[in-house]
Amino acid sequence: MKVLIPSALRSYTESPHAEAAGDTLADVLVELERHYPGIRFRMIDEQNRIRPHIRFFINGTQARELTQALRPTDELVIVQALSGG
Amino acid sequence: MARNQGNQPAAGKHVVVMVATRKGAWFYHGNETRETWRCDGPHFLGHIINHVVLDPRDRRTLLAAAKTGHLGPTVFRSTDFGRTWKEAARPPAFATAADGNGRAVDHTFWLTPGHPDEADVWYAGTSPQGLFRSTDGGISWAQFSSINDDPQVRKWMGTVQDGTPDGPKLHSIIVDPRDPNHLLLAMSGGGVHESVDGGRTFRLAIDGLEVVEGMDAGDPTFHDPHCVRMCPSKPDRLYQQNHCGIYRVDRPSTQWRRIGRNMPKDVGDIGFPMVVHPRDADTAWVFPMDGTSVWPRTSPDGKPAVYGTRDGGESWQRLAGGLPASDAWWTVKRQAMTADGLDPVGLYFGTTSGELWLSRDEGARWECIAQHLPEIYAVEVAELP
Repeated sequence: MKVLIPSALRSYTESPHAEAAGDTLADVLVELERHYPGIRFRMIDEQNRIRPHIRFFINGTQARELTQALRPTDELVIVQALSGG
Repeated sequence: MARNQGNQPAAGKHVVVMVATRKGAWFYHGNETRETWRCDGPHFLGHIINHVVLDPRDRRTLLAAAKTGHLGPTVFRSTDFGRTWKEAARPPAFATAADGNGRAVDHTFWLTPGHPDEADVWYAGTSPQGLFRSTDGGISWAQFSSINDDPQVRKWMGTVQDGTPDGPKLHSIIVDPRDPNHLLLAMSGGGVHESVDGGRTFRLAIDGLEVVEGMDAGDPTFHDPHCVRMCPSKPDRLYQQNHCGIYRVDRPSTQWRRIGRNMPKDVGDIGFPMVVHPRDADTAWVFPMDGTSVWPRTSPDGKPAVYGTRDGGESWQRLAGGLPASDAWWTVKRQAMTADGLDPVGLYFGTTSGELWLSRDEGARWECIAQHLPEIYAVEVAELP
């Protein structure tokens, strides 16, 4: 599926877009990690919790759980939420 | 104050000051006399950089503890003095708990190179309190379960609400130059801890330290050591700037003594950094801040000064030449003051208002190297050939 990468993570992908496959959000993030080592830990902590200022949107709807199911035609947008000045 | 006259650093050496800030890192390269400075930066503009440290064993490996407002914590590594950086393959992280309720590293706060005989060993302290070790020069990190998972120590660490405003921290990781298995560390909160077996076990080192009025000094939970330093020239002597005063201990005694009682009463002995002389264990410096009423933690009466002792804390001298005489409400954080190894010793501090100051004569006279930086978190200095 298509993944839109926020500017804060483009040092890993060197592109605003990436392709990754998976049945769930967790799977897609593992796939991204395989292509771009280190990127997952910047978004997901060691307890598998989404970090406070990272948001995931599937086709425009926020996904709050890593178990969220995905289809190959979905579009995943990773967003850096407001975090202060 | 300065006992050494002139300005005679070792031939051929120059110093580099590494400034870590809330918005990136800057390096200032000084010439041999420390009179002119070349700025290299920003590095990691916009990243929160808590500490940048050069490996004194090879003088070329730099580690930077980083995160951003959005992204999780990591460590970056450079072997060409910042021309290129590479992220750690496995940054400090706690073990994943089966129930998902385990702790997560918010940021790596403190970096300490290992013993000279242990090339590529590094230690890291995190927020919340965690101790990590790397044996490959900072590429991968593993945690010390003896501290991080010990139920009693975890109780002493308290919760995030019990810690400092930007998170409870493990800091002041010290490796005894005589023995790589002799380690010290401090936790805010959680007290001072010591290991003589390379970190397999730790014991408390809080005898004589005071705590906030009304609390039990026997409970490590209430101890807030701000910065602990071991004297390189006399490793049996430790100095400490604590939330509740300035202390010294001389081994084999385990009793800390509040040498801050000898500070002027109108200045007090509250602050964050503690700096020791590289060759004279009787000489140390602090940067006092206002610890009265609501604890402003700014220079007392708006008159910033370093205070130095030449007799192990029996007496203190005000060292403010060149600093603003009034109306300067500065804060200097625990990692933001340091000393070089030249003769006379150069002292450096950075303020939360983004100014970097230098004294080339052990504190007698100060001058500003840089202004308008972001909030300064840490200042380290290294000597390069």
